[in-house]
Order: sequence, then structure tokens, then C-alpha cells
Amino acid sequence: MSQKSPSTAFTDGVKEALPFVFLVVPFALLFGVVATEAGLNLVETMGMTVLVIAGAAQFTAVALWVENAPTLIVILTALAVNLRMALYSAAMAVHYGKAPIWKRALIAYLLVDQSYAAAALKFEREPNLTLSAKLAYFAGVITPIAPLWYLFSYIGAVAGSAIPPEYALDFAVPITFIAMTAPMLRSLPHLIAAITSVVFALAFAWVPYSLGLMIAAAVAMGAGALTEIVLERRGRVIHE
Amino acid sequence: MSNGPEIWIIICALGAGTFLIRFSFLGLMQGRTFPDWAMRLLRYVPVAVLPGLVAPLVVWPDATGGEMDPARMGAALAALLLGALTRNVLGAMAGGMIALYVLLWAL
Repeated sequence: MSQKSPSTAFTDGVKEALPFVFLVVPFALLFGVVATEAGLNLVETMGMTVLVIAGAAQFTAVALWVENAPTLIVILTALAVNLRMALYSAAMAVHYGKAPIWKRALIAYLLVDQSYAAAALKFEREPNLTLSAKLAYFAGVITPIAPLWYLFSYIGAVAGSAIPPEYALDFAVPITFIAMTAPMLRSLPHLIAAITSVVFALAFAWVPYSLGLMIAAAVAMGAGALTEIVLERRGRVIHE
Repeated sequence: MSNGPEIWIIICALGAGTFLIRFSFLGLMQGRTFPDWAMRLLRYVPVAVLPGLVAPLVVWPDATGGEMDPARMGAALAALLLGALTRNVLGAMAGGMIALYVLLWAL
């Protein structure tokens, strides 16, 4: 089998990242608008966008900050949203483990949902790529994604202050979260986890410091994992 | 308008924490993996956190002073159904906002 050159892999990356652009651009725009309406100034909005570069966690942090949740709770809840990225890191360590540390650090910083999804799919389809081709592919994927994420957050932040309240953009954040989560409800354990999370979050809404959400998330995670275990056991019994 | 130092504490802690999560296996724990039970729990983090975050915002929205609002509930339901049925995030976002405007106008 012929080896793919790094420059071909880079071009592949750029091409395969293009569909994600249609997701990244409106998300970034919305984050800029929502953060500005929440009271963050331009430097704060861009600081968060550049340093964190993780949409869902940024929306979470802003939503909790607006509600005057304690700083520690804002940080912990938003980080909890990003815990899934430890799985991405484990998956990418298999492919990039032999790269120099600074390149691995750079990949870590740029390891967003889209670059992970593209790379994981690519390396599954083309397992014979060399390390330099894999690095070039990642660089290709992130080339349109990261700059557009920064740019459109900026445009959103600048435009955000001009949007009047009649547009009910207060509700754009819940709608965005629902739209992001609904496609994840693809199995019974995911559905049970989501329902548990909703029920417990509403039931524990009275708990101070927004801790109700942490309780709900912990119970919901357990409920999802437990359902998965039960289904597996039952599946095994049926197959035997 | 100026915010206190809290916002920068949040931004920096979130930036550093997120980087450490992403760097975990790539840089810090080379070659090691999670135990099975941890992998299992981690799979459910997004569906465990996001619905719980959204639910109170939908049921008791700030814009109405915490009063239940049929337009916002209807819009949330529309986004949920569209997202679950089509798996299209942008379509569900657009559908939810359109439903909100229609319901706010009609109700």
C-alpha cells in the first residue's frame, strides 16, 4: 500500500473539515452575542473563546455566571461538560503518542469536538497513515475551524450589543443546548440519563449555589451507566 | 460596565482545566487508559449535565421573571423533537427559534 504524503493528508483534512464549518460559524456567532448580552465585554468574550475553545462549556459558564452562581460552581460545572474530552485525549494518544511533546500540547489545545470526530473517523478508515501524515491531517482539519471560531465569536460580540431584546435571544441558549443534546439520545441509557438529569435538576433547583445541577448530573451519569450494564446482562442472557 | 475579577478567574480556570483534560492522555498519562467503569460513566457526562442545565431555564425562564411560559416550553419541545428525529443540530436550533417567534406572536 502506498504511503500518503503529509501534504495530501493536510488537503484531506481541510476538505473533511468543511462540513463542520456550517456548525462552527453559527455557534461562534451565537456565543459572541450571548456572552455580550450576558454582560461580558469584548476582551472577556474573546479571552474565553481563545483560552477555552469549547462551545458547550463556554455557554454553560456564561449561563451560570449570569445567574450569579458562585465562581467555583461555574468552573466545576463547565469543566464537567468538558470531561468527555478526556476520552478524545485517550483516543488521540494512540495515534500521536510518539510526536514531540510540544506538538502533543498543541493538539491538546485544539482537540475540539470537530477535530476529534474528523481525526477518529479518518484514522479508522486509513489505518496506514504515517505519524507525519496524521499530524498534517490534524493541522488541515483545524485550519478552517479554529480561526473561524475566533472570528465569528468576535463578530457576534460586536453585533450582539446591537440586537434588541424583542428577539428573545435569552432563549437561544436553552434552544442551542437542546439542539445539541437531542441527537445524543440515540440509546435507552442515554435517554434515561437525560430524563434523570431533568427530573433531579428541577427537584433540586432549591439547593443553594447551583449545586442541584451537580447532584442531578452525578445521579444521571450513574443512571445511564447502570441502564447500560442491565441491558448488557439481559442481552447476554438472550444470546445464550 | 465592568465585571469583577471573578469573570477572569472563571476564564483562566476554565481555560487551564480544559487544557489539562485534553492533554491528560496525550501528555500526562501516556499509554495508560481509564478503568472500564470510568469509561462507562464518562460516556454519559454530556447527557447528564446539559439536560439538567437547560430544564430550569425552560420551565422558569428569566425573561418572564420565572413564570412558566407556554411559548418557551413549546419552542423547547420543538427543538427537542426536531433534534431527536432529524439528528440535525442546526435544523433543530433554527426550528426551535422559529417556533419561539411564532408562539410568542400567536399566544
